[in-house]
Amino acid sequence: MSALGFLGWAIVAAQVMLGLAMCCATFRLATGPRAQDRILGLDTLYVTAMLMLVTFGIRTGSTLYFEAALVIGLLGFVSTVALAKFLMRGEVIE
Amino acid sequence: MTALGDLPAWAAFLVAFCVLLGAAVTLIGSIGLLRLSNFYARVHAPTLGATLGMVSILLGSAFYFTMLEGRPVVHEILIAVFVTLTTPVTLMLLARAALYRDRTEGSTEVPASEVVEDLIPPGQERPKERMP
Amino acid sequence: MSGILPYPLLSLALLVLWLLLNQSISAGHVILGSVLAVLASWAMAALRPEKPRIRRPGAALRLTGMVVVDILRSNLAVGRIIVRSREPGVNAGFMTIPLDMRSRQGLAVLSIIITSTPGTIWMNYDAAKGTLLLHVLDLVDETVWIRTIKGRYERLLMEIFE
Repeated sequence: MSALGFLGWAIVAAQVMLGLAMCCATFRLATGPRAQDRILGLDTLYVTAMLMLVTFGIRTGSTLYFEAALVIGLLGFVSTVALAKFLMRGEVIE
Repeated sequence: MTALGDLPAWAAFLVAFCVLLGAAVTLIGSIGLLRLSNFYARVHAPTLGATLGMVSILLGSAFYFTMLEGRPVVHEILIAVFVTLTTPVTLMLLARAALYRDRTEGSTEVPASEVVEDLIPPGQERPKERMP
Repeated sequence: MSGILPYPLLSLALLVLWLLLNQSISAGHVILGSVLAVLASWAMAALRPEKPRIRRPGAALRLTGMVVVDILRSNLAVGRIIVRSREPGVNAGFMTIPLDMRSRQGLAVLSIIITSTPGTIWMNYDAAKGTLLLHVLDLVDETVWIRTIKGRYERLLMEIFE
């Protein structure tokens, strides 16, 4: 097997692993048991989705995915902070 | 579908190793999210993916594009910096929110209020009803 | 320094951020980025934050290296707990640590270090008593954790910020 073939195979394997990781996070998001567990699952989902986009960038050789990954990372931060704030006080902006 | 460019063999193996390592670490972290028993133990799990997993995959990506385009492509550093600064903040906020909720419900599994005094500022009313 | 560039490090970081985002170091981007960075540092000065002083850059570098090594090691440790342990998370528990550091910047950096290291998370800091509440995944021996945090991180951070 050539080195490039191995790289292609490795990236597909990495994407499968990241997909499984997203499944685990989605399971935690869906089952809870409490609201903070769901938010933790959502946060993990964001980070993993960001990494998945980076691997897509390697696979297609395009740097466009980088920007999408950056946006997902920042959106994930803002949304998790807002949700945690909501849990603590019952409102997002005091 | 795959458009992998021309790379020397050692570079391809290095990128493959970085990406596989990062994905495996992230997967272990997410499995921890499933296997660990209560919320406070689960908070530790996503940090695996957000530290070693993230850095390893981004290193692989930066190295790949640097070799591919023949010039330094290091804008992955931006994602690394943002994630390193933001993930601890979200996890701390979330853990504090969970602690606050458990304490207002009078749970015995978290440290009592004399240890964590300033979670409820004076003059603020405690919520009475338990939320799901 | 205080007139045009109130926060030289912040301005430099913003300029680097701009150049990295645009992936170019052409003269136009350098000028535009510099203007934006200076404007942003003026906006920051209008907020009047407490100005941090980094006293010992050498100690900061040493701390960074130490944190990177510790993050790698605790990644392995937490990964082993998750994969190998029959019932992961049985040893998890809360603990309190008395801290001597009072500098707010130092405490902020310490909180980020502790939380981004897998296996420990910063829960709460009691400013009146100076105690820190932590949650640790593998809480077998409390003295080990107290020694790690006080001896390894807090001492260096106090050298840097106080």
